[in-house]
Amino acid sequence: METMRKFERVCEIVDRNGRNPSRLIPILQAVQAEYRYLPEEILTFVATSLGIPPARVFGVATFYSLFTLKPKGKYLIRICNGTACHVKGSMGLYKTLSDKLNLGDGRETSDDMLFTLETVNCLGACGLAPAMVINEEVFGQVTSQRAAAIIDEIITREAQYESDSSRIE
Amino acid sequence: MKESLYITIDNNEIPIDNEKNLLEIIRKAKIDLPTFCYHSELSVYGACRLCMVEVDGIGLVSACSTTPASWMKVKTNTEEIRDMRKIIVELLLANHSQTCPTCPKSATCQLQALARRLGITKVRFKSQARDLPIDDSSPSLVRDANKCTLCGDCVRICSEIQSVGAIDFAYRGAQTMVIPSFGKDLNEVECVNCGQCARVCPTGALTPKPEVDQVWKALHNPRKVVVAQIAPAVRVALGEVFGLEPGVTMSGQIVAALRALGFDKVFDTSFTADLTVLEESNEFVKRIENNNNIPQFTSCCPAWVKFVEQYYPEYIRHLSTCRSPQQMFGALAKEILASDLGMEREDIVVVSIMPCTAKKFEAKRPEFTRDGISDVDHVLTTQELGRMIEEAGLHFRELEPESFHLPFGFKTGAGVIFGNSGGVSEAVLRYLTEKLTGQKRENYEFTSVRGEEGIREASLTVNGREFSLAVVSGLGNARKLIEKVKSGEAHYDFVEVMACPGGCVGGAGQPVFANMEAMRKRTKGIYENDRMLQLHKSQDNPYITELYSKVLGEVGGDKAHKLLHTSYHTRKRITDEGMMLSPSSGEHSVEVNVCFGTGCFLKGSQRLLHNILEYIKVRDLGSIVDVSASFCFEKCDKGPVIRVGENIIDGCTVEMAQEAIERETGGFLQSEGRDHG
Ligand code: SF4
Ligand code: SF4
Ligand code: FES
Repeated sequence: METMRKFERVCEIVDRNGRNPSRLIPILQAVQAEYRYLPEEILTFVATSLGIPPARVFGVATFYSLFTLKPKGKYLIRICNGTACHVKGSMGLYKTLSDKLNLGDGRETSDDMLFTLETVNCLGACGLAPAMVINEEVFGQVTSQRAAAIIDEIITREAQYESDSSRIE
Repeated sequence: MKESLYITIDNNEIPIDNEKNLLEIIRKAKIDLPTFCYHSELSVYGACRLCMVEVDGIGLVSACSTTPASWMKVKTNTEEIRDMRKIIVELLLANHSQTCPTCPKSATCQLQALARRLGITKVRFKSQARDLPIDDSSPSLVRDANKCTLCGDCVRICSEIQSVGAIDFAYRGAQTMVIPSFGKDLNEVECVNCGQCARVCPTGALTPKPEVDQVWKALHNPRKVVVAQIAPAVRVALGEVFGLEPGVTMSGQIVAALRALGFDKVFDTSFTADLTVLEESNEFVKRIENNNNIPQFTSCCPAWVKFVEQYYPEYIRHLSTCRSPQQMFGALAKEILASDLGMEREDIVVVSIMPCTAKKFEAKRPEFTRDGISDVDHVLTTQELGRMIEEAGLHFRELEPESFHLPFGFKTGAGVIFGNSGGVSEAVLRYLTEKLTGQKRENYEFTSVRGEEGIREASLTVNGREFSLAVVSGLGNARKLIEKVKSGEAHYDFVEVMACPGGCVGGAGQPVFANMEAMRKRTKGIYENDRMLQLHKSQDNPYITELYSKVLGEVGGDKAHKLLHTSYHTRKRITDEGMMLSPSSGEHSVEVNVCFGTGCFLKGSQRLLHNILEYIKVRDLGSIVDVSASFCFEKCDKGPVIRVGENIIDGCTVEMAQEAIERETGGFLQSEGRDHG
């Protein structure tokens, strides 16, 4: 039912914007907020309901780096690579996590869809360098050990949650 | 009297007469300012910056996007401008694949021409060429993104003129590309194969897909009889490849050239165009009598047919069921020649010479294939025939003219004017006015349907009944017209549509032409050709009469239907996988798939889906029913459409959906003995 709920939200988003093609960008923003990425079939649907070619929607969706067409993990880890954080070794941090999660070579999301690892240019938390954000939560002065511990904690929590929910069924 | 205003261009006073931009005035002053992304038919993009000129008091501006004013003093040839142009062209070359000698666009490439004109002998920048895959999925076109300069001409013609929008810019910065949506192949999206993008592409990034090799192979095979058919528009354009003016009719030399290349028989598509006139007019008379599916739309243009199939499924019934002249010829040739010559169908190879890239697609449609053998085996564009003639080393202009073979080489002028927008309508009028009145007419020209505008209307009273016609070229215009018909704002009895502006003379398979003047000359050439011929009305063609009496029987009769008519189908715009909305949890499940294509969406699939899900919740069927949405079951005229298990239900209501779900799930409920405890 989760997917259905999301899809109905997309219909709502499109209607709320009056099915107006000039509202494409706010529509895509809202859709991405719902899915955390822009699935291809949803973009086709958006194009259809706005009466514009899918190629145009694809063009806009790939033009702005704000939008992503690839699914993201449940936990989006962003490591700041602004000047301050870079100087404080944020790339070492990135490397540690990328090895730990078995990512790299253009792969940003773990196979179990739990984590996505990205870098950003300045989170505006330079006083806390190096900084890392997981979903909405900001972590300052992160060492490699500490980052690894945070990840482990999430993995344990998720495993626990999984087994709980399967017991309920 | 209004005094005319002048502008100074390189010290000359030039009058301003309504030119939209500086570029047009400069060209009027007979200075050929280089441009890359400017087409007078399209919106101004101003991206290439090649048209930079200096305006006193302002400095450098791009001429294509500057409105002329009388105070302006313009210089087009300063040292600064010349340097800048060179840099721009060098930058374009640095981004470009370096395979010019083997590029199909080689002789007509505008980038090469510019490099030569500006005297560029080396590129001072490091090559940034990328190694992107070539897309040759389409039957009509080849896309090589490595040669794309991002001028956007193709994007604009596809969306502005054709209202299709199959290709667009995507990504940004150094990654920017022109591609179909989601990076799919061209044959998986809504492209109608008109090729207009390839016509305006200045380089070899979009080109017609060649079939020259296959044709040589057939010609060299002694077991095959290879026959050619030549479309009307080809005869007034092929000469351009060999330095002749546009519009000069070269039928005799074309026949001679084809014979020299090894074709066994050379026929004329204008013959089957004459045949189309009889079949299509009689179909029209029947529809008028029964007041059925009016307006009748022409169906000669395969790009237009695909357009209707994709965007206006509810109007498919309005398309004439006549095959296009190309396909009528293919069907007749395979049927009649095979039996006349005592050969198998597969040993007769039919090659069409067409001004068109969409005809390549049409020839491969399954409707026109019998027992795995296509009625038309290969389609060459005018450009490709030019290349074969060059390859064979023939002196085209000096060839001794030869005549077409009979019977399919004999045509009237009515069959020739099919090459112009308005031609089919005029040919039909030449027939109908005599057929309906039973009287012969002296004058055969109907100039009211001729002209350059993209939508032309005419009305005509025959035997006391008024008929209204519309002649349309360009699919964007066709869309406007259908919307008017849909809303009831306009009414027509007969509508002719050609996808290419100006009709087939402006087809994408024709020799590359730089300005609209060439088109005008070809159009004129076609009408002159009509005047030079002995007969002008399809009904007067003695070989058509003979064909009916010996082979086809009645006009519109059974045999004619089998060979000369077809049917069209709704079609998806884009291939997709659909999306799972509510997966079942059990192993056995019933699939319920709701169409969310445009047609169904407009007819309320969203509500229907909502109600189905409610129903599934209430009946507690969530664990055994999979609900998904997909785009288009290709039954858009009967939306909303859903699929339950194997059954497709069109015009679906909530009740129908519920009933179908009950029926499909009933079995499971019993066999698994599931209870709701
Ligand atoms: S062939 Fe026609 S429809 Fe297809 S991409 Fe080119 S312009 Fe668009
Ligand atoms: S108008 Fe003529 S040349 Fe253009 S796509 Fe249609 S049939 Fe082909
Ligand atoms: S939109 Fe094509 S079948 Fe529904």
